[in-house]
Amino acid sequence: MSTSSFSSFTPSTRFAVPGRIAVSNRAAALWQTATLTEIRRETPHAATFRFAVPAWAGHLPGQHLMLRLTAEDGYTAQRHYSIASAPDDAGHIELTLDHVEGGEVSGWFHTVAKPGDEVEVRGPLSGFFAWPGDRPALLIGAGSGVVPLMSMVRHHRARELSVPLRLLVSARRPEELIYARELGTETTPVFTRSAPEGVPVGRMAAAHVASVLADQPPGGWEAYVCGSNAFAEHASRLLVEAGQPVDRIRIERFG
Amino acid sequence: MNVTRGFTGRDRVHNPGLPPGQYDAGDDWPVLSAEVTPELAPADWTFRVDGLVERPHTWDWDEAHALPPSAYEGDIHCVTSWSKFGVRFGGVSLDAFLDVVRPHGSATHAVAYSHTGYTTNLPLADLTGGRAWIAWEYDSEPLAAEHGGPARLLVPHLYFWKSAKWIAGLRLLDHDEPGFWEQNGYHARGNPWEEQRYSGD
Ligand SMILES: Cc1cc2nc3c(=O)[nH]c(=O)nc-3n(C[C@H](O)[C@H](O)[C@H](O)COP(=O)(O)OP(=O)(O)OC[C@H]3O[C@@H](n4cnc5c(N)ncnc54)[C@H](O)[C@@H]3O)c2cc1C
Repeated sequence: MSTSSFSSFTPSTRFAVPGRIAVSNRAAALWQTATLTEIRRETPHAATFRFAVPAWAGHLPGQHLMLRLTAEDGYTAQRHYSIASAPDDAGHIELTLDHVEGGEVSGWFHTVAKPGDEVEVRGPLSGFFAWPGDRPALLIGAGSGVVPLMSMVRHHRARELSVPLRLLVSARRPEELIYARELGTETTPVFTRSAPEGVPVGRMAAAHVASVLADQPPGGWEAYVCGSNAFAEHASRLLVEAGQPVDRIRIERFG
Repeated sequence: MNVTRGFTGRDRVHNPGLPPGQYDAGDDWPVLSAEVTPELAPADWTFRVDGLVERPHTWDWDEAHALPPSAYEGDIHCVTSWSKFGVRFGGVSLDAFLDVVRPHGSATHAVAYSHTGYTTNLPLADLTGGRAWIAWEYDSEPLAAEHGGPARLLVPHLYFWKSAKWIAGLRLLDHDEPGFWEQNGYHARGNPWEEQRYSGD
């Protein structure tokens, strides 16, 4: 075949403003001790763990960290967790963990951890999913996928930002909606198994996305999708079908 | 060592195939990509190698499949801490593509880029000598779109973010040029055995 017609490939990343947030390589490489100071139950399956990390370099909403647990024999387990708290919580960070059935790390947090315990963290990591509060943000999450999005919502509130922000969040039932008490008028919850009186039950659908996309702020939305891979695939497809440009969709998949 | 009170870890048999800091994901194959999974049909897939080569070339699906088949059977390691043992990929060795384009002696690195715009950088030495593939089959089935199908780069001896999904091409360079995650703080090379996760490791 001829090769001449393919000369237009460019090996440059075309995601919206790639690497728009510079990450500190030093912070990313350094393990620090995080001391658990408080545990707050959010839902029957999720709890928030608050840590003191005195030398925390600060983060942007949407970033995550790497957390490490070490057994007496030196065995370690490390997992990524999104940061739930807003950046202004100096010297402290909060994580919200789902209790995964049979989970090694989340299992330790939900059955053993208590205030005073120490774990190790490194980060913040990844600028790609971060939202510094500069652009209209359409946030779509499911289950614990709401965690990094909540950091954005909290940041928006704490700084009284006027840039538009909307959150579509899916949960099985109202009792399983993480941060339910804190969600406000920016949020549309979607319940897949059972819902309060008068609220429909069902998956996130084109109509949910369409109503937000119809309400375009100047310059359009920057979409942030977070959750399980199945949810991320579903939600990102809804966005694309509704006309959101693919290079303005950022996805954080929990695996 | 910072022992975590009451943490014993799961029942484990030490697996010498497991690099430090990794766990065995078993049958799971987590999906981690930052972009929307593209709908890319085999008929629309192309793979180009250019840059510091004598004869830049673009293969389409049929032409790539006409190259001698080569399989990888072994393990893969993701920087998010999971490893997967005994996976089987089918495709073509990258050497077969490089034989056609004939890299210049000055080429030392490559930028791999995807049909989505994702990029990642690799030393050329990590792509030659039977250590890298263009893979389109997994377990004798077509590679699923969410795992990079119709075809992905496969560099199993490095962390898996180097194995660019939906591979579109390689550009050979005489210097290293950080790709998507490398610009976001990841390590330039990503050797799992040396735990090269983040820049500075
Ligand atoms: C960028 C990123 C951000 C994330 N943010 C969050 C967050 O904010 N909140 C959150 O809750 N999660 C988050 N996650 C997911 C998190 O990293 C972990 O995957 C999750 O907590 C499960 O870890 P675990 O150790 O508890 O479970 P694992 O031990 O890893 O187990 C996971 C699954 O595998 C099964 N399994 C595997 N091996 C065995 C075995 N030998 N025996 C029994 N069962 C087994 C478990 O039953 C379970 O279903 C994030 C992931 C990523 C990549």
